[in-house]
Amino acid sequence: MKKMKNLKKSMAVMLLLVGSFAYAQHDHSKMEKSHKMGEKKMMVNEGHDLKTEAILKDYFSLKNALVKDDAKMAAEAGSKLAISLKAFNMKTYTSEQQKELTDIIEDATEHAEHIAKSDIGHQREHFKTLSIDVTDMVTITGTKNTLYQQFCPMYDKGSAWLSSSNEVKNPYYGSKMVKCGKVQKEIN
Amino acid sequence: MKIVKISGLVLLIVFVVVQFVPTSLNQSDVIPPTDIMKTYDVPKQVEAIFKTSCYDCHSNNTNYPWYNKVQPMAWLLEDHINKGKEELDFSDFGSYSKRRQKSKLKSIRSQIEDDEMPLSSYTLIHRDAKLSESDKVMVVEWVNKIIDSL
Repeated sequence: MKKMKNLKKSMAVMLLLVGSFAYAQHDHSKMEKSHKMGEKKMMVNEGHDLKTEAILKDYFSLKNALVKDDAKMAAEAGSKLAISLKAFNMKTYTSEQQKELTDIIEDATEHAEHIAKSDIGHQREHFKTLSIDVTDMVTITGTKNTLYQQFCPMYDKGSAWLSSSNEVKNPYYGSKMVKCGKVQKEIN
Repeated sequence: MKIVKISGLVLLIVFVVVQFVPTSLNQSDVIPPTDIMKTYDVPKQVEAIFKTSCYDCHSNNTNYPWYNKVQPMAWLLEDHINKGKEELDFSDFGSYSKRRQKSKLKSIRSQIEDDEMPLSSYTLIHRDAKLSESDKVMVVEWVNKIIDSL
């Protein structure tokens, strides 16, 4: 009887170990899949202007999701943005610009990927640095549309973001203080 | 009853066999020139905090616990360390672009201030890795200084 009990106990321990290992493996395969999907997208569109506009479009949906305090929508916009950032093609730029753009895109992609898996507080933290990246990118690439750089003096000692409209809707505070901020600069 | 015995035996065999699958150890004797300690002037106390509380998962030199000798624990640790280094690798910090260094420093600050790092599952076993309030202030002050210089 005692033997039986011991056997059961050791089996339970082993099952637990095997189970936890299987779980770790599962996580891996999921990661690989999403990586492949990113690569596929990269082949589809051509033309760097289009790619800049695609990045801005995803950036704005992210910003709008944060204005609405919608973490789920922001996460989705974050993963889309990561894909369009990776698809950016810098061939037409000078080598100095390419170096700068490589740094910008790499940093921005990491922020976008984190936004895809964070709560809204962290999403906003990453959005702040991401906004600096995207602004620096536009300084090099230019854009078809007029952008408005807006600024909220309250969030984290002052934080900026880009908008396609001159009406201020604050992505750092959302409904809490949606009107906080002002237009700092018009781009284009 | 028989089924219980057989499946127990099978699991036992799997467990034993699995012990022979090798894992690579994240250990190195050399401190690369890209290590944050060589990239920046890091005060001794801050260096000690980084090394005790962060370097196990965020550098190329892990101080392994005894259970790393047992599978599948070794795999779990390997997976953890790989993910940790992908996120932030202090041994490679100097090779990051200035922009990325700044982003990483901001994240370090926010993770420490929010008590998200070091992970509570880690400090549960590594008691000395837990950051005191004064440790946190010291690290955050230093991080702020470097961010402002970038």
